[in-house]
Amino acid sequence: MPDVTFTVDGKKLTAPAGTLLIDACRKACIEIPAFCYYPGLSLQAACRMCLVRMEKVGKLQTACTTRVAEGQIFYTDTPEIAQVRKANLQLLLGNHPLDCPVCDAGGECELQDMTFKYGAGVSLYAEAKNHREEQQWSPAVFYDRPRCILCYRCIRMCGEGMDVWALGVNNRGADSAIVPNGAGHQLDCEQCGMCIDVCPVGALTSGSYRYQTRPWEMNHVSTVCAHCADGCKVTLGVRSTPEGAAIVRADNRDKSGINGDFLCAKGRFGFDFAGSDERLTQPLIRNAEGKLAPATWEQAIRTAAAKLKEIRDAKGGEAIGVIGSNRLTNEENYLLQKFARTVLGSNNIDHARTADYPTFVRALAGHADKAASLRDLASAPAILLVGGNPTEEHPLLAWHLRTNVRLNHARLYIANSAPIKLDRQAKAVQQISADGYRKLASFLVHGESDFAKTILAEESLLVVLSADVSGKPLADLIAWGLKRGNVRFALLGAYANSRGAADMGLDPALLPGYVPVDKPGPFAEYTNLPTTPGKNFAQMTAADSGLDALLIVGANPAAQTKLDSKTFLVVQDLFLTETAAQADVVLPAASLYEKSGTLTNTFGDVQMVRKAADRPGVKPDFEILVRLAEAMGAEIAKLVPFGKRGTTGDLGQSRGAEAGEADRHAVWLEANNLEPRLSPFDPFALFDEIARLVPGYSLDRINLFASNDVHSAPPAASNFVPAKALIAPARDTLFTSGTLGRYSQSLQQLEQHQTRKQAKSAAD
Amino acid sequence: MPKLVSHPDEVKIISRRFGQGAEKIDRYIELGGYEAVKKCLAQGSDWIINEVKASGLRGRGGAGFSTGMKWSFVPKQSAKPKYILVNGDESEPGTCKDHLIFLHDPHSVIEGAIIAGLAVGAKMGFIYMRGEYRTLLEIMERAVADAYARGFLGKNIFGSDKEFQIITQTGAGAYEVGEESALMESLEGKRGVPRIKPPFPAVVGLYGGPTVINNAETIATVPHVINMGAAAYAAVGSPRNGGTRLFGVSGCVERPGVYELPMGYNLKKIIYEVAGGIRNGRQLKAVVPGGSSTPVLLPDEIDIGMDFDQVGKAGSMLGSAAVIVLDDQTCMVEFALRTISFYRHESCGWCIPCREGTDWLKKSLTRIHAGFGEATDIDTVRYIAENMLGHTFCPLGDAAAMPTIAFVKKFRQEFEDHLNGKPCPLAKMGLPQFTVV
Repeated sequence: MPDVTFTVDGKKLTAPAGTLLIDACRKACIEIPAFCYYPGLSLQAACRMCLVRMEKVGKLQTACTTRVAEGQIFYTDTPEIAQVRKANLQLLLGNHPLDCPVCDAGGECELQDMTFKYGAGVSLYAEAKNHREEQQWSPAVFYDRPRCILCYRCIRMCGEGMDVWALGVNNRGADSAIVPNGAGHQLDCEQCGMCIDVCPVGALTSGSYRYQTRPWEMNHVSTVCAHCADGCKVTLGVRSTPEGAAIVRADNRDKSGINGDFLCAKGRFGFDFAGSDERLTQPLIRNAEGKLAPATWEQAIRTAAAKLKEIRDAKGGEAIGVIGSNRLTNEENYLLQKFARTVLGSNNIDHARTADYPTFVRALAGHADKAASLRDLASAPAILLVGGNPTEEHPLLAWHLRTNVRLNHARLYIANSAPIKLDRQAKAVQQISADGYRKLASFLVHGESDFAKTILAEESLLVVLSADVSGKPLADLIAWGLKRGNVRFALLGAYANSRGAADMGLDPALLPGYVPVDKPGPFAEYTNLPTTPGKNFAQMTAADSGLDALLIVGANPAAQTKLDSKTFLVVQDLFLTETAAQADVVLPAASLYEKSGTLTNTFGDVQMVRKAADRPGVKPDFEILVRLAEAMGAEIAKLVPFGKRGTTGDLGQSRGAEAGEADRHAVWLEANNLEPRLSPFDPFALFDEIARLVPGYSLDRINLFASNDVHSAPPAASNFVPAKALIAPARDTLFTSGTLGRYSQSLQQLEQHQTRKQAKSAAD
Repeated sequence: MPKLVSHPDEVKIISRRFGQGAEKIDRYIELGGYEAVKKCLAQGSDWIINEVKASGLRGRGGAGFSTGMKWSFVPKQSAKPKYILVNGDESEPGTCKDHLIFLHDPHSVIEGAIIAGLAVGAKMGFIYMRGEYRTLLEIMERAVADAYARGFLGKNIFGSDKEFQIITQTGAGAYEVGEESALMESLEGKRGVPRIKPPFPAVVGLYGGPTVINNAETIATVPHVINMGAAAYAAVGSPRNGGTRLFGVSGCVERPGVYELPMGYNLKKIIYEVAGGIRNGRQLKAVVPGGSSTPVLLPDEIDIGMDFDQVGKAGSMLGSAAVIVLDDQTCMVEFALRTISFYRHESCGWCIPCREGTDWLKKSLTRIHAGFGEATDIDTVRYIAENMLGHTFCPLGDAAAMPTIAFVKKFRQEFEDHLNGKPCPLAKMGLPQFTVV
């Protein structure tokens, strides 16, 4: 659209013709108050807060529905408009309970803010307020009608945004109320809590957060969700407790993340695993009676290290296996493989693989522009989704696909062995047999079906592959795309850092960045690097693994297989999982919300996680590994480069941020990699090494440290042959999250609530 | 069947077939029915639109917009089907004209709809009737079936190459659905809430297609306009107000009823001559000239011609031409309360000023009428109403605010007489008890 010039309050503004006046004004820092207007959702013109005067028009116009055109003149700051806003708020407050002192939204309420700015302090009314009892719609969502201002954001977010359509309005006039469309005031939905998030007042409240705290009594920590592999930015509300700091809320008040407005049930409610009573807070050692008994950290580390050292020295590193995790930070996984390879001297290192990243990266090597980031999904004009059910397994991806189709008219094509909810947004759906993913490349190459023809007619394509596509079919498909040109790819793994675990070399044959162990390249600086591939996950977790010792960090293979009972088992975990229960030494670890570092989502987007909560008794896996290495007599400075690098001078600039300004000097130091690393427990000391050594991880530091997502690239060249490895897609639902999800009471409740509803509706 | 009234001053155009059995198709044809549509089939769409424009026919729903103009806004070419929509959701208190048309002359609505369809090139029409008019639905359905049987509706109407279909539908009992876009929502099976305008129905209407939506009386008038000729029809009324209107006179008069009078007929004469004057020899206190949403007029303000322009000049509106006459036994506070109770009940709740404003006005007026008002309450009532006016999503808010402002303005003393514990001197309707919380 061509730009037009128009005038608001005497100020000449320019915007593309057809821009909504409210958007144009907000961009120019002219505030137009509104309750019902929400960018990206359908227009309502219901709240009447945005009324403005347009010259030559008799009636006041709503800025949220007025599209700007050349030469228009608007007034937004006249006494007339001030009176409209004030009167409107007076009307709203007439029936509003004004129970701000006990309202969850008190302090972060749009009605409060608007009343403060535009409203009147005097009540004109003497009548009793309309009252209705509060309703509980689900374990996650409560509705308090008296507080509701009927802006209909929740209805639209649920319907248009989530494609769930669980909410509606009943009654009319002043008796109107938001109501679940299902029977009995119960929400039969995805329990995403988006309705709570967009509620401008405290009408919709969260089952887990309500009446927990006042908003200003929390610290807000911006980090990344610990659950699925999409990596939503999440803001944790943290309160100090006598023992440390506890998370009381998770939301997405910071809309700048790759998730924009979105957060799902797991991100919003599933944080409570961190505060679970079942958390391990003391190291455990198996005693003479064969029982796990509490021990001090000193004893536990010493016991584990002594045994590992003894086995290594007697039988060599091959006798020891190491299993890493899809939920550790990049720095921890990197440290773990470095520890395994240089301290234990073993390539027996792997993790539970949820997608075939080695093949994916190998096939895309040298084509950085062909590996899609998650943000690309929000704008790609044509997308082919192969397998999987993103609505359940990758809620954010599903959100982006829906939104892209809805707002940008993107064309979504789906090839799947079963019907999925996203079919509703698809332009074309091709049902294929469960093993049909293997033949997908030839199916597309030949282009005989209408489905293939439509896809081939697209100028550009973004192919999103579920973990069902692996090995040769995956390589073939990418080869087809590269040959065709203008095709980008993404591969879907399962957990918060499954991509990072693969990227960081939790692989018996591959070093970080998919560098083969026999041609270590940049990793030649590692001391005593063994150069033959070690045992993989299946071999190490077999009942006859033959390993003398096994170190399992943040994984729970015993839930699936029977481990070798003769092996000396050291486990680092949050909970006494099936695996930890069999261990000889259990080391209680900090959760992802209790430490800092970076994560890589399944699209290769790297983001910072920041320590939010604090739990006494636990240690980050990073620190545990450093202590184990130290107790084994390793040279720590070689494992974690700390102490000497960087600068300690302040270069003449103030480092204080006393007046509230950002510590620009610290940011500058961090961005230029000059921040001194003073502690061996500082994960960012290793981050620097990762950026230096790992192909594809030389990232834009300033963006990363500013909490933005930074896309990592596949290595420029790769010459390994991916080993055939067992890929076990996790197939989580909206309310499960592997072993971790079992320890979230909120997710358990939601799953039960949902199962009950499903059983009921199945009878229809 | 309600008794029909009549008066020598009446000019019977729309009502000429009332009470003559014209609900039966043969009788309707005998009385000259379906001739206009044949004329229109011969003349073509441009001629029809020009004829209706020239007749000065203005929308009978209340807004008084030129019918011919409205039709001319419909694009000639459209990818989506065009529709004719007959608004028979007659719900404005005091109004009962469409009721009589549906009852006595249903075919005139069908014929008018066909002509509108020919004018704008629509092949489908809907007759949407008020939910409470279910008894009339049978009559209308019968008429539609008869018209189909005769080949007046269907694929090749009257043997021509033109198609026109009609579907009848009733609402579920919501005043709000009388608003044209809310009616479309309702017809589409959704909650009856108005749409954002623009786009206007002529461009994006029912099911997204260009739609002509007219009041039932307007549509029923169209065949008469065609039959009489535009000039003859226009000559009946006052300048820029073509033809006649069905005036529904109710309240404290000797002979209440629906009278068809030329546009511009004097209001005072309507009350004192046509309707036989004030009942039981009492004095006139006030007149609501065009349905409950129009501002009240005082006895010294009623010597005016009843057309859109003259009533507007007098500070009120012709609206649906429902004249409500109030005598000196009427408590105006109670009348204001009755009026606002209706709008409080009928507000759809979509926008804040209407939803909250009607609720508060009702509460405050209830309290004032019960004698618990304080001096400042009167100004508060007016303040609320004035701040609703022009700020709501659709005209329902204005319909509630306008009369309230007029009541307070013109009968302030009566409000003051209710204050400070004084009971209503005229209370008789058994209002809800006010309890002090």
